[in-house]
Amino acid sequence: MAGPAWLAPREVLRILLGGSSISASELPARDIVLRIRLPRLLLGGIVGASLSVSGVLFQALLRNPLADPFVLGVSGGAALGGILVLGFGGALGLGYAAVPPAAFLGSVATALLLFAVAGGRGRLSSTSLLLTGVVFNAIASAAIVFVASLSGLAEGTSIFLWLIGSLSAARESSTLMVALFLLAGLACVWPQARRLDLLALGEESAAQLGVDVERVKRILLAATSLMVGAAVSVSGLIGFVGLIIPHLLRLLLGPDHRLLVPASALGGAIFLILCDTAARTALGGGELPVGAITALAGGPLFLFLLRQQQRQSLLP
Amino acid sequence: MSEPVLGFERVSLRLGGRSVLRGVDLALHAGEVLGLLGANGAGKTSLLRIATRVLAPEHGALRLCGRPLEEFSRAELARRIALVPQRSEIPFPFTAAEVVRMGRAPHLGLLGFESRRDLVLVERAMDEVGIRELAGRSILELSGGEQQLVALARGLVQATPILLLDEPTAFLDLRHRVQVLRLVRALASAGQSVLVVSHDLGLAARFCDRLALLSRGEVLAAGSPAEVLTPALLRAAFGIEAFVFRAPDGTPVVLPEAPAPAREPSLDPQT
Repeated sequence: MAGPAWLAPREVLRILLGGSSISASELPARDIVLRIRLPRLLLGGIVGASLSVSGVLFQALLRNPLADPFVLGVSGGAALGGILVLGFGGALGLGYAAVPPAAFLGSVATALLLFAVAGGRGRLSSTSLLLTGVVFNAIASAAIVFVASLSGLAEGTSIFLWLIGSLSAARESSTLMVALFLLAGLACVWPQARRLDLLALGEESAAQLGVDVERVKRILLAATSLMVGAAVSVSGLIGFVGLIIPHLLRLLLGPDHRLLVPASALGGAIFLILCDTAARTALGGGELPVGAITALAGGPLFLFLLRQQQRQSLLP
Repeated sequence: MSEPVLGFERVSLRLGGRSVLRGVDLALHAGEVLGLLGANGAGKTSLLRIATRVLAPEHGALRLCGRPLEEFSRAELARRIALVPQRSEIPFPFTAAEVVRMGRAPHLGLLGFESRRDLVLVERAMDEVGIRELAGRSILELSGGEQQLVALARGLVQATPILLLDEPTAFLDLRHRVQVLRLVRALASAGQSVLVVSHDLGLAARFCDRLALLSRGEVLAAGSPAEVLTPALLRAAFGIEAFVFRAPDGTPVVLPEAPAPAREPSLDPQT
């Protein structure tokens, strides 16, 4: 509940708890808390949870702890879907409400491509993971800039915010929608948590332990695409949340997905709220895109994990 | 003999255009240990993958307790056949005990949580395999042999009537090999049927009731160790010359012929 305008914690608490005792002099403060900070906080939490859980799912599916929707380029695909609707949707009579579904489709398409690249063995080596991610991201950002230039979206800063990832452009109405996508995704995923553990043994061993691997993959693909699509459509490309949080939580709680999935939702929410608060307050009056902060935190961690992996030569 | 618990009937398989199995007939009976021998690439592992329905045969059929294999759901199959793979690379730091616990997955209820009984079975299996002290260690830190024992314990807790072991002793020292194979014998005495792929002909002869020799996707011979381990069959399957002796109890002992003698040092200064 922090922000550039100073409000005493007690005051904030009183406003949140409601009551009719708010005086006229407190009205601006009330607006700040209820209209600006609370929705922003909720949105940050929901986006953070979605990205973090998606990271867990991609890591389990590709059997590589370096996977993350942003690194893999799936977020990029979702962003491209969203931008296409923002840029050209008007001509087809599609409004802002069509952006999340389009981002969902973009995310599904990218994830399917990714699995096609991963091939039948169901494991993406770190090398292929990095290469496909780099290429997907390059294609997606080029296409985004292209679409934005053609459609006139490139003017102003919205494209910049979309590419670097920020919660500031979000509309209030979108919070509910993202929350629904997240809940739907979690509802699909949590019952599969034990099967995610078994997938870590390899697809054949999982199948041999009674898992219908193809079915589980389809469910997880739909769930991650829902969550990534929703998160990207309101916040653009916020990277590395799905890498940082699952990694930290695995260290703290172990890799059991029955615990890791809900814990990652919570951890991702807290993490992105903290990052967003830092983004809003670090420059005083101005605001940093939160994606810059998560990338500054996550990039080095990614490199560290990669180095660790190479040393263990766990993955080729 | 009674009906086999697992029967391969004229099973053929092609992988990537290559014929891997050709008309394989093989039967695993209740309470027996059947050793599957053969050169690398002879099709042993493919046979196991067909039995767990990871691969589908091109021709032929499999019968599990008399019923076609396709009639079983994945979960039903997982409660009847356990496979211990040669190796599995696990990318996350699960502890050894957690990995063994995964073997209970086919028996868990809707919520997917283990009961007290499941945990007791896990402890017992780890004791039987002799890896109690590894329980809390991360699977990523274990040696190849230790990982193999963990996988074996996972196969045990699956508590299936049929156990398929793919070179379960490949990474083990002799003491652990003997320990594992004694355990396999004990399981068979308790009624489990075990199909074990092995490259160790001596141990296979010692611990298996019957052997099947696979060569280029075909069953060259199947029968008692003495029937299968003959110089002629070994030559056909492995392309080696070998002596076959008898241990005092009659078990065949295979000794490959000495390597081709090094060329006599020549006295001729011209060469």
